[in-house]
Amino acid sequence: MIEFIPPALFMLLAALLIGPARGHLRSAIVLVAPLVTLWAIWLVPDGVVFEIPFLDYQIQPIEGSPVRRLFATIFAIMAFVGGLYAFRTAKWYELAAAFAYAAGAIGVSFAGDLISLFLFWELMALFSTVVVWCGGTPAARAAGIRYAIMHLLGGVILKVGIEGVIVHTGSIEIQPMLATNFDTWMIMIGILINAAAPPVSAWLSDSYPNASATGSVFLSAFTTKTAVLALILLFPGEGVLIWIGLFMVMYGIIYALLENDIRRILAFSIVNQVGFMVCAVGIGTEMALNGAAAHAFAHIIYKALLFMSAGVVVYRTGMNRCTDVGGLFRTMPLTAICGIIGALAISGFPLTSGFTTKTMISQAAANESLVIVYFMLAAASAGVFLHAGIKFPWFVFFQKDSGLRPKDAPWNMGAAMVIFSALCILLGVAPGLLYQFLPYPVEYEAYTAGKVVFYLQLLLFSGLAFFLLLPLMKRTLTISLDADWLWRVLLFKFAMLIYDLFAGLGRTIRKTSQASLARAQGFMIKHFSLPESGSSEEPGLFARTWPIGSTALWIAVLLTAYVVVYYF
Amino acid sequence: MTNPQDDNHWLVRPSTIKVLWWVFSGILALTVLLQLMFKVKGYFDVDGWFGFGAAYGFLACLAMVIVAKGLGFVLKRGEDYYAEDQNDD
Repeated sequence: MIEFIPPALFMLLAALLIGPARGHLRSAIVLVAPLVTLWAIWLVPDGVVFEIPFLDYQIQPIEGSPVRRLFATIFAIMAFVGGLYAFRTAKWYELAAAFAYAAGAIGVSFAGDLISLFLFWELMALFSTVVVWCGGTPAARAAGIRYAIMHLLGGVILKVGIEGVIVHTGSIEIQPMLATNFDTWMIMIGILINAAAPPVSAWLSDSYPNASATGSVFLSAFTTKTAVLALILLFPGEGVLIWIGLFMVMYGIIYALLENDIRRILAFSIVNQVGFMVCAVGIGTEMALNGAAAHAFAHIIYKALLFMSAGVVVYRTGMNRCTDVGGLFRTMPLTAICGIIGALAISGFPLTSGFTTKTMISQAAANESLVIVYFMLAAASAGVFLHAGIKFPWFVFFQKDSGLRPKDAPWNMGAAMVIFSALCILLGVAPGLLYQFLPYPVEYEAYTAGKVVFYLQLLLFSGLAFFLLLPLMKRTLTISLDADWLWRVLLFKFAMLIYDLFAGLGRTIRKTSQASLARAQGFMIKHFSLPESGSSEEPGLFARTWPIGSTALWIAVLLTAYVVVYYF
Repeated sequence: MTNPQDDNHWLVRPSTIKVLWWVFSGILALTVLLQLMFKVKGYFDVDGWFGFGAAYGFLACLAMVIVAKGLGFVLKRGEDYYAEDQNDD
């Protein structure tokens, strides 16, 4: 029996109404729907709420648990603040697609079985593609197609895994499993594709920076973090995730260091941050899973904040590259300050949300005596400050004076940034606010004097390294090749080669057949045709006229010979 | 540069930058010296050493920048690398 409306339905309804609604009504829908959704999310009790029989299965579209509510909550908050940021400038269809996309993410959060998980998963893939396309440029269209191919492929792999699990175990339950056989590997790969894990990390940095200034804010939040939630629910403690996570962490840093596009730097740092979470899920202890969930929550806030800050720059200047901007702090103080707060939070500076959540993951690694993991995470924390914490604000707002004097953010964008900046600091100053909603009881002291000193040293000396190595980090007008080169260039060339091969084969066949046809025609003409009138040529063998007299003579001779043979 | 009076923003004056370097250096020294007052409880012994966080942070960043720079020689392409490719057909 359905006793209440599923939270995702509010967002879907809002997505449907945004189009027909006009003016203030549309703004009201954009701003109110996420808050109503938030209210509905907190009404979801623990456990399966209702079941629908479908074929032989019991579908459970709504199942509550602390970690599910936590992710759904931040998705709804994100939809609200993102809506506030976007509602005055974004096209209505971008807002509608973004809300349907958020509905998918909230649906995945509460999906109690693999079938409903898959349905909402595909809803996200579909509408996030539309958000990418709303970038409106030819580059956005092409990137959107590549994005869609990657996510549909991921969906197919996920579906293969789900079917396998259903056939072999008969269960559609979402429960912890390990990647031990083909089915579970397929599910994990399908999820990891959405988490931008190697070797397909490039879809993220390819598509997000091509979306509109408002679209990339929405994109930064949902897809990768629902993948983290799915990993928390399905693969806690799967060891291979530790190493995949660490790879993502380092990949994000290195590529961000090479990058010139403002929003692509932030896109690479999403991969880096999701790497921390994937690694934590791999560690799999209660502390680590708490860390992954808390970090995802904090990450959505500060990463959206960074994309908002970058979005204002793109919106006001129309420029995307570090080399084109610089010195913008003069006329965009609010955007610069909010960007810096986001940058400090992503770096895990004490008193910001990054510090109180990311250090939980390091603590979990230390508790399990994972020495290499712990030190790589520490190095990565330093690297985050290097590639996002300083590089982003430095090259955008300081660096040289580009001569640009754009206006600061419009009021709604400013308000959205201030809300998220305040949350970054609030969760850093009062981590207990977030800790009480984590899936497991938190026995973790975020602030000890020794830890603060250690991280201050780590981060500030990374800052020193940045300014000393500045000559090495001069921005260049380049892109960096990624694994997607394999299909964008190599596979494309291979396909063209195959095409040429068959085209050549076709040409040869056509030529040969034409030649043999011509020969057959010649033969026919030679033996069957009559010469043109007036020509002196002899007709073909079978076309000649023969005098009947000689034939009669020959028949007479043969008959005579026959009679003679008969009598003797 | 279009606005000469803005070029003289107090934050970008060489004198300010000099002061900022001094302040920053002071803060750096302070964070290391703070370790004398507050013991850093290392999880694995080495990370409790005096100034370990500072040295590790600096060297890790140095290594990452150098690795990135090295990979850059192999991976960097012109901005229209893919666009050129699409024009081929």
